[in-house]
Amino acid sequence: MSAIAGRLTRTAGPIAELGRSRELLLNLTLREIRGKYKRTFFGHGWSLVNPLSLILIYTIVFGQFLVVNIAPGDPSGVDSFALFLTSALLPWMFFANALQAGMGAITSNANLVQRVHFPRQVLVAAGVLSWTVSFAIELAVLAVILTIAGASVWPWVPVIVLAMALLTLFAYGFALILSVANVYFRDTQHFIPILLQLWFFLTPIVYPISYVRDAANRLAAEGWDLPIDFIYRLNPMQRFTDVFRDLMYDNHWPSLADSLYCVGATAVLLIVGYAVFKRFEPRLAEEL
Amino acid sequence: MAEPAVVIDRVSKSYRLYHERQHSLKSTILTRRRSRFEEFWALRDVSFEVARGKTFGLIGENGSGKSTLLKCIAGILQPNEGSIVTNGRVAALLELGSGFHQELTGRENVYLNGSILGLSKREIDEKFEQIAEFAGVDQYIDQPVKNYSSGMYVRLGFAVAIHLDPDILLVDEVLAVGDASFQRKCMDKFRELKLAGKTVVLVSHSTGPMRTFCDEVARLEHGRLVAVGKPEQIIDDYVDEGQEDVQHLPGGAVRSGSGEARITDLALLDASGKRTTHVHTGEEVTIEVTFEARERIEKPVFGLSFESVDGIYVWEQHTRDGGLEIDAIEGTGRIRYTIPNLLLQPEEFYIHASILDYTTAHSYDVLRNSFRFRVGRGTPVQSNGIVSIPGSWERLADRASASPVP
Repeated sequence: MSAIAGRLTRTAGPIAELGRSRELLLNLTLREIRGKYKRTFFGHGWSLVNPLSLILIYTIVFGQFLVVNIAPGDPSGVDSFALFLTSALLPWMFFANALQAGMGAITSNANLVQRVHFPRQVLVAAGVLSWTVSFAIELAVLAVILTIAGASVWPWVPVIVLAMALLTLFAYGFALILSVANVYFRDTQHFIPILLQLWFFLTPIVYPISYVRDAANRLAAEGWDLPIDFIYRLNPMQRFTDVFRDLMYDNHWPSLADSLYCVGATAVLLIVGYAVFKRFEPRLAEEL
Repeated sequence: MAEPAVVIDRVSKSYRLYHERQHSLKSTILTRRRSRFEEFWALRDVSFEVARGKTFGLIGENGSGKSTLLKCIAGILQPNEGSIVTNGRVAALLELGSGFHQELTGRENVYLNGSILGLSKREIDEKFEQIAEFAGVDQYIDQPVKNYSSGMYVRLGFAVAIHLDPDILLVDEVLAVGDASFQRKCMDKFRELKLAGKTVVLVSHSTGPMRTFCDEVARLEHGRLVAVGKPEQIIDDYVDEGQEDVQHLPGGAVRSGSGEARITDLALLDASGKRTTHVHTGEEVTIEVTFEARERIEKPVFGLSFESVDGIYVWEQHTRDGGLEIDAIEGTGRIRYTIPNLLLQPEEFYIHASILDYTTAHSYDVLRNSFRFRVGRGTPVQSNGIVSIPGSWERLADRASASPVP
């Protein structure tokens, strides 16, 4: 029991520390958001244009050319590949953007880190949070479209917010590790986009996970009995995208297994990420 | 005695000097370890305390470790060994305006910078007017800071930091920035902080302001603490160090130089040729230097200068600029400089004398503070200051009262 309590406080530690410097976090996040689209004609419009263009591309390629077959939303009854895709693509894009923003947070603020003493993890958190804001706007737009398409998203909003918070913390934990790694090896910032590309297609976003099961069954019939489905479901982003799709596209509760897996993965990444960050934090100013 | 503001206890700090800086994974994997490096000790076993409410100076050559120490006190760097305890809120003026976002306005940056330095929104709200006024950028406060001049930029950064209301203020060479009126403002602010019982730690290699401003000074050399104490002694030693064979003579005089020639006597003569130490404004005086050259010195240059006892450098003249070419000196001899009309106001002054080589880069003998004289009231009578600049007043005819004042 005390072990669980200990683990809980250790998970809460990194969050509590952000709470203490919440004004700084707020200001740095605002800086990121304000700075992102300064001097552009469309301004924050770009934050919607980018996902829209991706949705358009994937919908044409996978909905019309390669024709991915999906089941209609249950119980929502929505039957649209574009909406099926978007419900998982938006969480993924948030994760990918947040991770990369958090990863570069220390190196791109080198002059600050070398001259002012303040909790450095706030920089990483601000990088991640600035994308959480865009994510929230995107999901709101999606919710409106889903409602028009016949889904009833609004009762699920509290759970969706919870899932967003969890995914934000997951990205934050991961970004803490990468931000330090990037100080020591600038390769990180070139390597991660490639990894994300691979990861994206390994996660059932443009196709349903049933395709993976079908493939596993076909292989099993040929005598290759591999635990493909099991390995596939180790990927926490598969669980996260599944949870968002359950909530937004299907309008039903995510499975308990998925939910617990997301919580567990977030807790582990947050604890490990925080420990790694704290271990290297004192040397960051001179290693930059 | 209250607890000290800063306690530095056996602090050492090393940097890694990489033979080839490796920021790439490939080279790390290929060499199967992180790059080879040498430890460079920027600070070695430094201990001292800064008393609460004092202004403390850190001096030393470039690379002596003073900035590293300041960053350690600020918490930006962590010492490898030893500990630093600070009691109270610390604000560091290291590079002003770091953390400003170019595209954001002055106002947004004040809030951002303030929160980075640890101010809450309420505190910034309260001080915002003062900050904008102190920085003197009020009408530009809603402009993006990228449009600011470098002076405005730095002033705004300074204004935010100084309004942190720190208990301990760390300042690194920032006195060198800004125009004269802003510098005066800064000094006033420092004085105000000092009166309010705040602790200030200053780093500089210009010793001028340190002498008047600091209560105590520590000197670092190659990362080690050489001396801590009253500023006069430590700064004098530091300044003298650059020159070989500094001798402190009885009576406060200081002699340095390579010694092939020596000034054996320095005298001030009045118009009648009598030695004196008390003259008057407007009188004719002569300075006489007696020297002894132990070997033949080609083309020497003799220099003379006046410095007020308050340390104001008033005047300097040497024989090369004065048109007296000396082929060579050997043995004893005398040089005279005659001033037909002494334009100094009542005050006490030192005469410094020197024998230099023709380039004036090398000094054979420099004698400072050995001769002190007093100037009494004479003519012309002037109102204030230390030099006398003769001139005459004149009242011009009044304009007709009907014409409007332009």
